[in-house]
Amino acid sequence: MTRLLELEDVEARYGPVHALHGISLAVDEGSVVAVLGPNGAGKTTTLRAISGTVRRSGRIQFAGRPLTRIGPDGVARLGIAHVPEGRGTFSELTVWENLRLGAYTRRGSVQPELERVFTYFPWLSERRRQQAGTLSGGEQQMLALARAFVHRPRLLLLDEPSLGLAPVLVAELFRIVRDLNETEGLTVLVVEQNAHLALQAADVGYVLEAGRVALSGTTADLKADDSVRRSYLGY
Amino acid sequence: MGALERLPPLASLLLVAGAAGLLVGSLRSEVFAQLTVQGLALGGVYASLALALVLVYRATRVVNFAQGELAMATTYVAYQLIKWGLSYWEAFFATLAIAFVLGTVLELALVRPVQHRSVIAAVIVTVGLFILIDGVVNWIWGGDFKYMATPFGTKTYNLGGVSIARLYPGMLGVVLVSVVLVWALFRFTKLGLGMRAAALRPAESALVGVRVDRMLAIGWGLAAVLGAVAGLMAEPSQFFLDPTLMQPILVYAFAAAVLGGLESPAGAVVGGLAIGVSLNLVVQYVHSITSELQTPFAFAVLLVVLVLKPSGLFGHREVRRV
Repeated sequence: MTRLLELEDVEARYGPVHALHGISLAVDEGSVVAVLGPNGAGKTTTLRAISGTVRRSGRIQFAGRPLTRIGPDGVARLGIAHVPEGRGTFSELTVWENLRLGAYTRRGSVQPELERVFTYFPWLSERRRQQAGTLSGGEQQMLALARAFVHRPRLLLLDEPSLGLAPVLVAELFRIVRDLNETEGLTVLVVEQNAHLALQAADVGYVLEAGRVALSGTTADLKADDSVRRSYLGY
Repeated sequence: MGALERLPPLASLLLVAGAAGLLVGSLRSEVFAQLTVQGLALGGVYASLALALVLVYRATRVVNFAQGELAMATTYVAYQLIKWGLSYWEAFFATLAIAFVLGTVLELALVRPVQHRSVIAAVIVTVGLFILIDGVVNWIWGGDFKYMATPFGTKTYNLGGVSIARLYPGMLGVVLVSVVLVWALFRFTKLGLGMRAAALRPAESALVGVRVDRMLAIGWGLAAVLGAVAGLMAEPSQFFLDPTLMQPILVYAFAAAVLGGLESPAGAVVGGLAIGVSLNLVVQYVHSITSELQTPFAFAVLLVVLVLKPSGLFGHREVRRV
């Protein structure tokens, strides 16, 4: 497998507050990688450092290109779709317009992409003219995910997809992510509070603590690790 | 610009009542009909400038006090182009292109650096720009009256016994076509979607690959184009060009934008037409309000709206999820 994304000694700060103290991690093409850790460990900031929505330093390589000097729109154009925490749907726009924005970086007709996405989210097709803000929280989360798929990213960054969702929807969402990974080879880097879910869906996991990587390995190894079990899985 | 589909009930009621009143009045009196048509034409000018203010406000949260002066300056550009031998309509379209470039350059050079500092910094920049443009125009062309070719000829139409100068339907037509084109650009094109997204949620827009900075600059460019249309249509209604051309019109445009709700493009257009017609009729029929009191009257409208309904007739209360 080839390396798609590599972070080496990445630091990030919000004003005077240091959020990342030198994170290193790697994501192979076609894999699902989970980032775990308690609140404030720097999980969200790690994703934001990749997409360029926080000031960062260190080395970030995506498909052989350095990202550290590129802004968020440039990162998106390179094929990284970031679904931020709290969804980031454009609630004032229609469902269709949200999806169209997902394909903003693509040239030519987006109809085939939309049809493809509707096979995963059939209900979106019927509601394409509806204002996104009138969807339920779970539907908006699905829309955010659908929007990212229309982008046809090489790498999908998912931030806390389970936050505020009913368990049934969470399972559905992870099933779709896994499905896309298996059938279309989509590479995913997911930040998740729910360690059970994350370790089940992912191939490789990183545990962050206080802005550093505390532990990493295959999810099988992590599940067997005593400290992970005690701190995150609760048995 | 999706507000056209969902008119608030109060606004639609006022709209229908107003239109019915104007129709009945026009059928009963020739003077009333003439004043209505003229008022709508002038209102179109206010609407165009008001829409420019709204576009800039939505894109960059800046109230551009220089919007009127920018429109005046571009009208001088058209005057100069005609003097150099272009026909009126050649000069018209060339001026719109120049206005677009001017608008984007101003955003990039002057507004961008202060935009995120503070509201007051942005206000000072646009007020400074007002003074700068005024000074430059006076320096290049002088303050005396200039006369431009009339775009619509001097003929009059006869509509059921009411004679109407071709100028007014012409003005209104040009303004409405420009407004519809801008609306269609926002509503139906990828660029327009990107601009709407960038104005609504800049951070999320960047994440899907929208070049937010570029969108905001284009927004200023489009606003300058609408302003140029307003200036070019204001000139024939005044019959001459001088550096104060747009100053009262800026006040009417502000009143129109506030009346419609500063965030609503449709509101700005309807507001502009409403202000144009009502000013014209009020000056004619309310004898205590003479034409000298037109501008204060517009200010009074502005004040009343700000006190009674700050979100305007078309505005929604600010609902924003964080």
